[in-house]
Amino acid sequence: MSKVDLKDFKFDGVRQEAISDLHELSSEDQDQLLMAGVVTDLSTRSASFLQMDQSSVHCQSRDENVEIMDIKDAMKKYDGLKEYMWTLIDPDKDEFTKSAHDNLHGGYFIRVKAGAKIKDPIQSCLMLKSEQVGQNVHNVIIIEEGAEAHIITGCSVAHGTKSGAHLGISEFFVNKNASLTFTMVHNWSDSVAVRPRSAGVVEEGGKFLSNYVLLKPVKDLQMYPSIELNGPDSVARFNSVVVATEGSLLDMGNRVVMNAPDTRCEIIARTISSGGTIINRGHIAAHHVPSKGHLECQGLILGGGRIWAIPELDGTVEGVELSHEASVGKIAQEEIEYLMARGLDEDEATSTIVRGFLNTDIMGLPERLKNEIDKQIEELQASDAM
Amino acid sequence: MLTIEDLHVNIGDKEVLKGINLQINDGETFILFGPNGSGKTSLLMSLMGFAGYEVTKGRILFKGRDITDAPMYERARLGIGMSFQRPPTIHGLRTRHLVRMCSRRGAVNPDLLAETVNMTEFLDRDINDGFSGGEIKRSELLQLMAQQPDLVLFDEPESGVDMENMQLVGRVARDVLDGNFDLSPDLSSDMSLKERKARTKTAGLIITHTGYILDYVNADRGQVLYQGHLCCEGRPRDILDHIRQHGYQECVRCMN
Repeated sequence: MSKVDLKDFKFDGVRQEAISDLHELSSEDQDQLLMAGVVTDLSTRSASFLQMDQSSVHCQSRDENVEIMDIKDAMKKYDGLKEYMWTLIDPDKDEFTKSAHDNLHGGYFIRVKAGAKIKDPIQSCLMLKSEQVGQNVHNVIIIEEGAEAHIITGCSVAHGTKSGAHLGISEFFVNKNASLTFTMVHNWSDSVAVRPRSAGVVEEGGKFLSNYVLLKPVKDLQMYPSIELNGPDSVARFNSVVVATEGSLLDMGNRVVMNAPDTRCEIIARTISSGGTIINRGHIAAHHVPSKGHLECQGLILGGGRIWAIPELDGTVEGVELSHEASVGKIAQEEIEYLMARGLDEDEATSTIVRGFLNTDIMGLPERLKNEIDKQIEELQASDAM
Repeated sequence: MLTIEDLHVNIGDKEVLKGINLQINDGETFILFGPNGSGKTSLLMSLMGFAGYEVTKGRILFKGRDITDAPMYERARLGIGMSFQRPPTIHGLRTRHLVRMCSRRGAVNPDLLAETVNMTEFLDRDINDGFSGGEIKRSELLQLMAQQPDLVLFDEPESGVDMENMQLVGRVARDVLDGNFDLSPDLSSDMSLKERKARTKTAGLIITHTGYILDYVNADRGQVLYQGHLCCEGRPRDILDHIRQHGYQECVRCMN
């Protein structure tokens, strides 16, 4: 693993002015946000948060059941958020958590009130605007009992920004019978280092559904979000679609720990390397029964690169049902020929199969975001990158 | 429609077709019999142009054009369509999307076509993902209906199909061969089947073990493929009766 040296980045004094309306952003920056699933027209969002460099610049809720604010304001309001902050992640875990702990710039606090079923997604965006900026953020998401919400979080560089470091702590609390869909789209650039550190707990009857999409270059990304299923009947599902173009180094995975009976989880990662390196991890641990978990790491190497799949299963009681499927390979000739027999030439057949492999239908995304992702996949295919 | 001249095909070092000569005329349906491993599927694969089936001698003419070395997609675009025995699952590719891509002659309505083969609920599923034997056959027919080929290659339409589905598969296979799914405007619906058939000239090459398909399609000629050689030409029903009574032993005698 390459090393990210925090001394290369400016972790102090890179502030940005607040904006009252996302339309005030330059159209190029609006496009950058859109590529990360964040829209400027808030009529289809129940709440919105934007962090730029080291300042939170915009925050608005359109639904009384969604509380959204800068994490620092939430700490003031809720006595330091002691019940939540740093309860799932150890600040001394590594230099990145330490940096976020010792020099907090911002991040978002989202609380969805008990019983509220939020129809429109909540969006948040963490953006790097200045060159060489280091961003320390901490996010806390609380879905109260019986509530349901979809959070779309886009992480992006501003138009033209090349380098930076994003260190993001996220702690998720999905309470009894609550449901959270958390969709993250990354739109970094080829000189950005990214170190998210995420963890969550799901209580009885709760659901945590995570979607992750990365189609753009990134210099160096390392993340391993971990979910603990602490209540009976709780569920976690991770779906990731990832492309590593040349020069990208991704060390990523998902972990689920099943600490209660009647828990289920599924982790599916579909990765393509077209010159980059992907370490595709996955870990399911089951300590109670009945419990059922399935892990899939599917990798295609198209035009160079490396994919290293590391699926791990850990059952500690009799009766657990854990399985995994991992593959690192190429597009099957059989599939290409099937489509060629229908009149597609080899290039058309290949790109059809790749589009299917990267298909995000299962994520249940809003149509506009899905179209945006499909567009990015087409652009990737049209370029020489793949 | 199709002319095969002295076709020799190797898979690796093994010669699987040893000088096939066959002519299939416009609108004609030809039935191929033969024991397992005799080269029937290899013949279909060679006609479609699969990699791994190396033509060492002879040639294949389709609509007067030499397609011996043509890539598979060119054969498909020229009008050869094939129903696969064990098609692969393609993750993330919906049946609906593939049906649309099959049609090069213009827009098709996947919903309408799917209704005729009872596949409506499969349109939004990944192609072949968890399909049963009968569902695969219906899905292949659905794609052929959209493709509207002039020559249909059909490998064992009855394999893996229960009796109820066999009726449906048989009827639709007949319709495809009769050109009933040709949606060209000049084929008005009040035209008789015979007229349609004459106009559309769809030809077929069907492999069968059981002969069930003969109850549905109007097959003109048939032949037995045995150890890479074609022999015993006749009416498909007669050939089938003969095989039922005597097995393929006759073919050995006949060839020697």
